[in-house]
Amino acid sequence: MSATILTDGQAAPAADPGAELRRRAKRRRAGKTLLLHIGILALAAVMLYPGVWMLLSSFRPTNEIVGQTGLIPDNTTLDNFRTAFEGIGGVSFWTFFTNSMILAVGSAVGVCLSCSVSAYAFARIDFPGRNLFFSLMIGTLLLPFHVVIIPQFIMFNEIGWTDSYMPLLIGKFLAAEAFFVFLMVQFMRNLPRELDESARIDGAGHLRIFTAIMLPLMRPVLATASIFAFIWSWNDFLAPLIYLRTPDKYPLPLMLRQYTDQTSVSDYGGQMAAAVLALAPVLIFFILFQRYIVEGVATQGLKG
Amino acid sequence: MTVTHEASRATRAGGPARRPQNKRPSRRAAETRAGYAFLAPWLLGFIALTAGPMIASLYLAFTDYHPIRGGEWIGTENFTRLFDDPRFLDSVQVTLTYAIVGTPIKLAAALGVAMLLNNRKRGKGTYRSLFYAPSLIGASVSIAIVWKAMFNDQGIIDDIGDYFGTWNGGWVGDPGRTMPMMILLAVWQFGAPMVIFLAGLKQIPNELYEAAQVDGAGPMRRFTRITLPMLSPVLFFNLVLETINSFQVFASAFIISGGRGGPANSTLFYTLYLYQRGFGQGGQLGYAAAMAWLLVIAVGIITLIFFRTSRYWVHYSGEGR
Repeated sequence: MSATILTDGQAAPAADPGAELRRRAKRRRAGKTLLLHIGILALAAVMLYPGVWMLLSSFRPTNEIVGQTGLIPDNTTLDNFRTAFEGIGGVSFWTFFTNSMILAVGSAVGVCLSCSVSAYAFARIDFPGRNLFFSLMIGTLLLPFHVVIIPQFIMFNEIGWTDSYMPLLIGKFLAAEAFFVFLMVQFMRNLPRELDESARIDGAGHLRIFTAIMLPLMRPVLATASIFAFIWSWNDFLAPLIYLRTPDKYPLPLMLRQYTDQTSVSDYGGQMAAAVLALAPVLIFFILFQRYIVEGVATQGLKG
Repeated sequence: MTVTHEASRATRAGGPARRPQNKRPSRRAAETRAGYAFLAPWLLGFIALTAGPMIASLYLAFTDYHPIRGGEWIGTENFTRLFDDPRFLDSVQVTLTYAIVGTPIKLAAALGVAMLLNNRKRGKGTYRSLFYAPSLIGASVSIAIVWKAMFNDQGIIDDIGDYFGTWNGGWVGDPGRTMPMMILLAVWQFGAPMVIFLAGLKQIPNELYEAAQVDGAGPMRRFTRITLPMLSPVLFFNLVLETINSFQVFASAFIISGGRGGPANSTLFYTLYLYQRGFGQGGQLGYAAAMAWLLVIAVGIITLIFFRTSRYWVHYSGEGR
């Protein structure tokens, strides 16, 4: 930095050609920036294409979706949404929507409660066995979920929890998603220790320190965790597919699956409308909380 | 201060001589109790939902367990049968192809776009969010439906191919084209590693580039000598994470192939086959447990290889190398 300023300062008073050169370089840089901008815009268009196509197709009569490359529909219709809202097999769309909402909100609440408490133990309490448990927790970060689904299924089947939301929610209330615990431990470690130490001197116990000092400070990480817990649960397909049998308990992904199975190619329009409706809450969430979401991903990467 | 302190101590019943010795262990015990109380949710979850089931599934892998019949010990038969099972071998091949081809393309796209966006003053945040969005929804059933429609016979992608006279007949039904279609779906989700790369790029001090430029290093040299080494820890993280993620594709393959993994097993991803065996018609949970354990071992070995080789190519600043 200082080197360039120095040479600039020496060259400027010397002669006009230097200024002319610099102006040309600036123009060239502007041209390059413009080119880059166009490139990025083109990429953005490609990235957006599937989403835009889905949205526009949902307003199109089915016979016009197939074989249409253009984005602008010749005819628009709301029929697709009408059929999608009717739901499937006598169960209305709103039932599936409510089911998804119960699961997603339940997951977010469970994750916030269980992971913050457990993370406090890892980050702020010194007790024998902590390091061992911490490494075990880190170990489960990379563990494929599939190794536990079979015995979990047998276990929940024995207890009689299949076809209920218990198997889908219990893990959230027992901090089984190590990712969130890890995220919160990292966050808490960055909070100044003086805060809880002075509280300790004042005679506060762990419960008080946690509820009165830590939790309020943890608001950003709790927001990130609940947003991710919500969206992951909203999109989850495998676990509901394994555990739920009765259609009126299905969340949206299972409804969509049934919809595509039963209507197949005959009703692309309805499928698109249902897909749009199922994605809408996630997209609204994303638009509202994009800062939390993207920052959450960024810090996760650097601290891993 | 001291006076009141002494006074308050003297009034207590315990006696001043014993307290200092007694205080420490009791306080440690209280800490331990508090520690386990706070850890209880995770600990319970770990035992009941992770460690217990893992041990159980290891046992199940050596039985022919069925949800209604129960199971009996059959030794290593599940494993020997697996390696004679053509569908299992197909699923391994499909998953490995997807991981080995898809992950590098996805990471290259992520790094490329991250470098384009880095150092931009305007619009960086917007583009970052926009490119990230597919990662959030890419694994959903909705997007799988869209992908299937786009790549279907007479779908939009097919039309483009038709226009250039290269492809037609749809990608979904052609065993040779389902893998490129699935990889495109993965690459479309390059946003998550891109965000992590961007955060890493921001950490590289600008002075390094300026010094290199003064020394006459071109853009290519600056990339290989500064960007890549400085970014290698982040690259390593992304590589481990994305490889492991690529072993676990399920919803998109399930929806696109209608749960069957066709045509010609070309979308029979490992987890889809595991599902079919364990929860499909057969309900062979022992066989599926054996598959699950092989997946864990494979992920473990691959992670270990990454970590072992990392010292040759991952550069941690401050290590003095």
